[in-house]
Amino acid sequence: MDTSSNIEIIENSYQVPDYTRNSSSQRSISSFQSTQSKTSIREVNFSSELESKPVRHGSTGGADSEGFSASYKEINDDDARLIYINDPEKTNEKFEFAGNSIRTGKYSFLTFLPKNLFEQFHRVAYIYFLVIAILNQLPQLAVFGRGASILPLAFVLLVTAIKDAYEDYRRHRSDKIENNRLAWVLVNEQFQQKKWKDICVGEVIKVFGNETLPCDMVLLSTSDSTGVAYVQTTNLDGESNLKTRYAKQETQMKSPVEGKISGLIKCEKPNRNIYGFQANMDVDGKRISLGPSNIILRGCELKNTDWTLGVAVYAGRETKAMLNNSGAPSKRSRLETRMNREIFFLSIFLVTLCVVVCICHGIWLRRHEDELDLMQFYRKRDYSGPEVENYEYYGWGLEIFFIFLMSVIVFQIMIPISLYISMELVRVGQAYFMIRDNRMFDESSNSRFQCRALNINEDLGQIKYVFSDKTGTLTENKMEFKCASIGGLDFSSGTGNEQVEYSVEVDGMILRPKMKVKVDTELLDLSKSKHSDEGKNVHDFFVALAACNTIVPLTVETDDTSVKLIEYQGESPDEQALVYSAAAYGFMLIERSSGHIVIDIQGERQRFNVLGLHEFDSDRKRMSVILGCPDNKTVKVFVKGADTTMFSIINKSLNLDMVKATESHLHSYSSKGLRTLVIGMRELSTSEFEKWQSSYESASTALMGRAALLRKVANKIENHVTLLGASGIEDKLQQGVPEAIESLRSAGIKVWVLTGDKQETAISIGYSSKLLTSTMTQIVINNNSKNSCRKSLEDGLVMCKKLKIESGATGGGHGDGVSRLALIIDGTSLVYVLDTELEEQLFELASKCSVVLCCRVAPLQKAGIVALIKNRTEDMTLAIGDGANDVSMIQMADVGIGISGQEGRQAVMASDFAMGQFRFLVPLLLVHGHWNYQRMSYMILYNFYRNAVFVLVLFWYVLFTCFTLTTAITDWSSVLYSVIYTSVPTIIVGVLDKDLSRTTLLKYPQLYGSGQRQESYNGKLFWVTIIDTLWQSLAAFFVPLLAYWGSSVDGSSIGDLWTIAVVIMVNVHLAMDVMTWYWITHAAIWGSIIATFICVMVIDALSFLPGYWAFFHIANTELFWLCLLGITVGALVPRLVVKYLVQCYRPSDIQIQREAEKFGNLRVAEIEMNPIIDSPRTT
Amino acid sequence: MNSNTPSSSAGGPGSADATAPRRNSKRPKYSRFTQQELPACKPILTPKWVISTFLLVSFIFIPIGIVSLFASRDVVEIVHGYETECIPSGSRNDKVGFIQSDQDKTCIRTLTVPKDMSQPIYVYYQLDNFYQNHRRYVRSRSDQQLRSPENARETGSCSPEDTVGDTAIVPCGLIAWSLFNDTYHFTSNNGGQIPINKRGISWQSDRERKFGRNVYPSNFQNGTLIGGARLNESIPLSEQEDLIVWMRTAALPTFRKLYGKIEVNLRQGDVINVTLQNNYNTYSFNGRKKLVLSTTSWLGGKNDFVGIAYLTVGGLCFFLAIVFVLIYLIKPRQLGDPSYLSWNRNPGGH
Repeated sequence: MDTSSNIEIIENSYQVPDYTRNSSSQRSISSFQSTQSKTSIREVNFSSELESKPVRHGSTGGADSEGFSASYKEINDDDARLIYINDPEKTNEKFEFAGNSIRTGKYSFLTFLPKNLFEQFHRVAYIYFLVIAILNQLPQLAVFGRGASILPLAFVLLVTAIKDAYEDYRRHRSDKIENNRLAWVLVNEQFQQKKWKDICVGEVIKVFGNETLPCDMVLLSTSDSTGVAYVQTTNLDGESNLKTRYAKQETQMKSPVEGKISGLIKCEKPNRNIYGFQANMDVDGKRISLGPSNIILRGCELKNTDWTLGVAVYAGRETKAMLNNSGAPSKRSRLETRMNREIFFLSIFLVTLCVVVCICHGIWLRRHEDELDLMQFYRKRDYSGPEVENYEYYGWGLEIFFIFLMSVIVFQIMIPISLYISMELVRVGQAYFMIRDNRMFDESSNSRFQCRALNINEDLGQIKYVFSDKTGTLTENKMEFKCASIGGLDFSSGTGNEQVEYSVEVDGMILRPKMKVKVDTELLDLSKSKHSDEGKNVHDFFVALAACNTIVPLTVETDDTSVKLIEYQGESPDEQALVYSAAAYGFMLIERSSGHIVIDIQGERQRFNVLGLHEFDSDRKRMSVILGCPDNKTVKVFVKGADTTMFSIINKSLNLDMVKATESHLHSYSSKGLRTLVIGMRELSTSEFEKWQSSYESASTALMGRAALLRKVANKIENHVTLLGASGIEDKLQQGVPEAIESLRSAGIKVWVLTGDKQETAISIGYSSKLLTSTMTQIVINNNSKNSCRKSLEDGLVMCKKLKIESGATGGGHGDGVSRLALIIDGTSLVYVLDTELEEQLFELASKCSVVLCCRVAPLQKAGIVALIKNRTEDMTLAIGDGANDVSMIQMADVGIGISGQEGRQAVMASDFAMGQFRFLVPLLLVHGHWNYQRMSYMILYNFYRNAVFVLVLFWYVLFTCFTLTTAITDWSSVLYSVIYTSVPTIIVGVLDKDLSRTTLLKYPQLYGSGQRQESYNGKLFWVTIIDTLWQSLAAFFVPLLAYWGSSVDGSSIGDLWTIAVVIMVNVHLAMDVMTWYWITHAAIWGSIIATFICVMVIDALSFLPGYWAFFHIANTELFWLCLLGITVGALVPRLVVKYLVQCYRPSDIQIQREAEKFGNLRVAEIEMNPIIDSPRTT
Repeated sequence: MNSNTPSSSAGGPGSADATAPRRNSKRPKYSRFTQQELPACKPILTPKWVISTFLLVSFIFIPIGIVSLFASRDVVEIVHGYETECIPSGSRNDKVGFIQSDQDKTCIRTLTVPKDMSQPIYVYYQLDNFYQNHRRYVRSRSDQQLRSPENARETGSCSPEDTVGDTAIVPCGLIAWSLFNDTYHFTSNNGGQIPINKRGISWQSDRERKFGRNVYPSNFQNGTLIGGARLNESIPLSEQEDLIVWMRTAALPTFRKLYGKIEVNLRQGDVINVTLQNNYNTYSFNGRKKLVLSTTSWLGGKNDFVGIAYLTVGGLCFFLAIVFVLIYLIKPRQLGDPSYLSWNRNPGGH
C-alpha cells in the first residue's frame, strides 16, 4: 500500500495510452474521455487528498471510497462534529461523542448468556438440534429421557461458550490494560496524567516520543519548530516506515499552558478511512482547513519527535483504529458446499425412514384396531379412573403423526450435527500445523504463516488457478537503482561492480548512508565534474533524485561514536532507492523539514528552500517539488513521474534527439524488467513563480475542492519541463519463485500474473520467473478499441486451433512442452473486454493458454479477471498479492492470500491466509492443501457413514417393535455415541492422518491433481459409502437378532451388544482406512472402544435404569463375544475386498506413491527424516 | 483473529531492515509433532498381507463354526405349542370368550423325549407375536417403586395401571399387570412327579438390588380388568421370581421366558404328562404359546445360526484368499510401479 508515487504511477495507468509504445497512434481527446467515462464505473476511487492513497477496506463498499468529489463538499453541520479545543465540557455537552475507553469484549457478565446463545444459534445445525430437543420434551413424543435429549446440544453449546468466554476474557483483560494506560492531558492549564479511558473529545493531550497515541488527535504543535511530527503506523496498517504529519503554523506558535488555546474544529463524522480526514479549524477568527496529514491516529507511535500536542477529535470506539478493527472475511469452503448436497440426500433418506415407520405403524394400527383395547402390550383403554377413556391414544391419524415426529427424534443423528463441530476442530488442528510449519516461516520478515480464515483450509487442496500480483509478490519489492539515462546518455553498462560508500564529515562526525549501492564508475566521474554540459545535466538529475521525494532522512547512531548512519525513511521503496543512489553519487540528502532540505553535494552542504510540493496522485502520476536554490535567486521545479504522463509535459522542441534517445533507453530498461521513472526540470521565472505561489497558497487553504484546485495548480506548473533523464530500478525476483512457478505448473495449476507494470516489464519478469519460456507462442493483445480487441481475440483463437492441430500432427505424445500458448493482454484492452460480450471469447482463449499475463491492470480489473474464471468454471481460484491494489482480487477469489511484505498490511487484512514469501505457496498448496483436503473429505464421508450406520441399526430394530420406535440401545448410549464413543478418532485422524510424506508431495507435484479432480470426495464415493453403510448396518443388526432369536434375551442386553458391536465396527472401519499410524491414533481408536465398554458398564450399573446389570450378564456368555467377532469381520470383509481390488488393479496416483514410499525408494524416507531441507526442489 | 486490535501493543516495529538484531524470532520451535514428522507406521494392503489375513480369518472362523454347530446340535429341545389344543373343541370358534370365562382351563398334554436330556433341563414358555418391546408397554413401569417401599407412590410412568382409586398399585404398570399366568406340572408316565425348581430362575442382581426385599405387592390386579397373574401379597418382590423374569422385557416379539428347572435326567422315549392351566390370554392378538424343555450348551440354546454364519464367513474368506492368490499369480502388479501413475499413462492429460 505504499503509495507513493512510483508504484501508483506504474500500476494504475491503464487508461492512458502507452506513450512509449503507441506514440504513433495518438488518441484523440474525445476517445480518451470516453474511455475514462467507461472505466470510471470500474475504477477504484482514490482519495485524492494530499496523501493520496487508494483505500479499500473489507466490506464498507462505497463508504470508504472517498473520491475527489468529496473534497468539493463543505461539511454540513448535520454531518459534522464540533470540537471546542481545550473545552471538553462544551464539546461533550450533548454527550454524543464516545469516551476513550474501549471495549473489544463482546459480552459482559450479564449479557454473556443471552448474547452468546443468540450468536451460536445462528447456525442452522444448532436450530435443528434445538427443535428436536424441544419436540422431545412434549410428553407424547418423549422418546429419550429429558436429560439425554438435551445433553448433546448442551455439551456443544457449553464447549463453544467456554471458548468464547475465554477469548472474551482475554479481550477484556487487554482492554483493561489499554484503558488504564496514562497520558498527559491539559487540565486547568497544567498537564496532568490521566488514564486513557478518561480522555474526552476536545481535550488537549501531550504525547512524548516513542509513546503510543491514545486517541485520534488533530495536531496543534510539535517540538519541531516547523510543526512536523513523525508517526509509525505499524499497529494500524503494518507499515513500518515513518509518516510525516504536520501541525498548522497557526497553532504551532501557541503555547497551551500560558496563553489559552482555544478554537473550534469542525470535522467529519467518524469513519473507517484511515487515509482520509476532512476538517476546518477556526482559530483566532481564521479558518484553517485540515487534511489527513494533520491528524494522528490512535495506535500509532510517535517517533523522532520529542513531543507533540494535539486535540482529541475521535475517541474510543470512534477512532479509526477501532472502526477498522473488523474480523477476517468469512468464506465457505467448496467441500462444505458440496457436502450440503449430500446432507440433503441424507435428509431425504431420513424422511424416507420416518415415512416408512409411520406408514407401517398406521397399517399395524388399522389391522389390530379391534384388539387394541385389551391387548396386554397396548391397552388402549384406561380403566383405572371412574370413567373409562383412551389411554394415550389420539386416533390413528394423530398417532401416525406422532410416530413420524418421534422417528425424526430417534433418527436425528442421520444428519451428522457433530460433523460441523468436528470439522471446526479439525480445521483448528490443521491451522495449527500450517502456522507451526517451519518451512513456511519467513526469516527476512520474521513472520509466520497466518490463518486468518478458519473455514477454507481444505480449499487449498483443490486450487486450479493462481492469480498473482507481480510487485512484492513475485518480486521482493526491494528496489535497487540499476541504470540511468541522463541527457540522452545511457549509464547501464554496469562497469562499476564495486559498492561505493560515500560519506561526508560534518562537525567531526562521519555521515554515511545506511545502504550501499553499486555505482557506475563513468557516471561517478561525471557527477564530480561540475563544469561540462554533461556534468551539469548529471548534477541536476541527482539533485532531482535527492530532492523530488517525500523521504525523511534519519540519523542512526552506530557503535563507532564518530560515525552516524543516515537512514532514508519513506513510504515508497522506489524513492528510497533513488535517494540512496543519489547519495552514493555524492548527492546526499541530510535534512528535511517542511520548509527546507539540506543536500550535501560532493562535500558541500547546500540548503534548498522547499517552496511547494505537489504530491503524487493517481491522475497525474507524477509529483513535483518547487525548490528555491541555494543562490536564493533561481527557483526550479523538479518533476518525476511515469513515462506515460511525463512525455506529454516535456518540452520536445528543445532537444528532440535526446528525448528520442531517452525513449529508447526506457524501452530497453523496461524490457529488462526494470521499473522506470522519467525526471524533468524547469526553471521558473519570477513572474511565473509569483503567479504559481499565489494560486498555490489559495488552493492549499481552500475549503472546497482543495485537492482538485491543487491538482490544477500542479498541472499548470508541470509543463514544458526539460527532460533530465530517466532511471531504471530493479525489483528483484523473490527467492525460489521460478521453482515455485514450475512446481505449481506441473501440479496442474494455471498461474496468471496480473500486474500494473508495463508490458515489457511484465514479459521480462515472466521470462525470469520461468512463467514464459522461449518455446511458447505469445498472443499479445493491446488494443484501443473494442473492434480491434474482438479481432485480436478471434485471431488468438484461430492461432490456438492451428497450434493444436500442429501439435496433434506431430504426434501429440509429448506435446506438453511444444504447443504452449501465452496470452499477454493489457489493461486498456481489458476495458473493452471485461463486462462485455467479448468476455466469453477471452475466457475461451485464456483457458486454452497455459500462461496469462495481464499488464497495466487496475485493481478492480484484477478482480474482474478473477471473476471471469470464477463465474464460468467450477474451478477453484486463488489470488495472491501484497498491496492495496490486490485487495479486490484477494476478496474475489475463492482463496485469498496476502504476502506480508514491503507494502502495507492491507492485503493481509483482506486475505484468508498470509505468508512471507511467494514460494511458500508450494508447500501450502501441494503439502498442506493436499493433506487438508484428503483429511477433511475422508472425515466427512466417514461421519456420514458413522451416523447412518447407527441410525440404520436403530431403524431395523424399530421394524421388530410394532414400529413404535423403541430402542434397545439405551438413550444414553445413543446420545454418547457421537459424543464419546466415536468422536475422538475421527478428529485425530482428520488432523493427523497423512497419505503421503511431504517429500513425495513436493517431488511429484502432479499428485496435487487428486484434489483438483475431487478424487477424495465426490458423489460416487458418497453412494458407495452409503451402500457399504447399508451392508454394515444389516450385519451389525441381524447377526445378534438371528443368534438370539427365540431365546430369553432381554432388550437391554441385546441393546448393549448392538451398541458395542456398532462402535467396534465403526472404529475398526476407521482403523482400516488410517494411512499413518501414530501412537496418538492408536490411543484414540482403541481408547474409544475401551471408553465405550466403560460407559456401557457404568450405565448398566445404575440400578434405577431398567437395563440394570444387563451388560455383565450378557458379556458372561460366549455367544456375545462370538457375535462381536462375527459382526466385525462379516461387516468389514466386503469393504476390505473392494478396497484391496481397487488399490491393486485401479491404483490411484496416491496409492502408487504410498507404495513407492514404503518399498520403492528408501532414500526418500531418509530425506524425510532430515528436518533441514528447506526450499522445495522439483525435478 | 481477534487480537488484531491495532491498539494492542503487539507487533512492535517490525522493520525489515536486515541489520537489526533479531532477538525475538518468531520461528516456530522445531518439534517432530509440529512438523508432522512423528514416527509412524504406514500399513499398505499388499497381496501377501491381504491373502494371509483372509486365510487367518478362515482358519479361525471355520473351526469356531463347526464347534458352534455341534454345540447347537447337542442341545435337545422339546417345543410344544398348546394355544389351540388347550381350548375345548367346542369353544374353538370363540377362543377369546373361552379364555375370558370362568371355566376350568386345565389341560393335559403329553410330551415324548426324543433324546436323552441331562439335567438341568430348562422349562420355558415361549410367546410369539407378543410385543414386549412395544414402546408404551416398555415404559409402563416404575423402577423406583420396585426398589423401596418409600417410593410406592412413584407411579407416574405406570398408567394406565398406576392406581386404583387413590391407592397406588405395587408393582404398577402394564408389564407387571400382564404377568404370564399359565402353570405347568410335569408327571412322568409312571405317575411320579417331576419337580420343577422355580428358585434361581431370575438374575441374582435383580433379586438383590433391583426388587426390594421389603416391597410387598399391594392393590395388584384389583382393577376392573385382570391382565394376568396375581401375586401373593405376603411375599416380597425380591422373591417373586416369575415377576422378576417377566419384568426383564424381551427384546424381540418371539421370546422365551424361564419357567423353572427340572433337575433330573430324562431318557429318550420318556413320556411326560404336562398338566397345565391355560389362563393367559394370547388369543385376542393371535399370539401363540409354547412350552419348551431344553438343555443348554456353552453357546446357549438350540440355534444353528452362529455355526452356519461362522462357516459361511470362514468359507468365503478362504475362497477369497484363493481367488486373490490366483489373481496375483495371473496379473501381478509391482507395488509402487511408476508406470501406473496417471501422468505417465497419458502424458499431458491431467
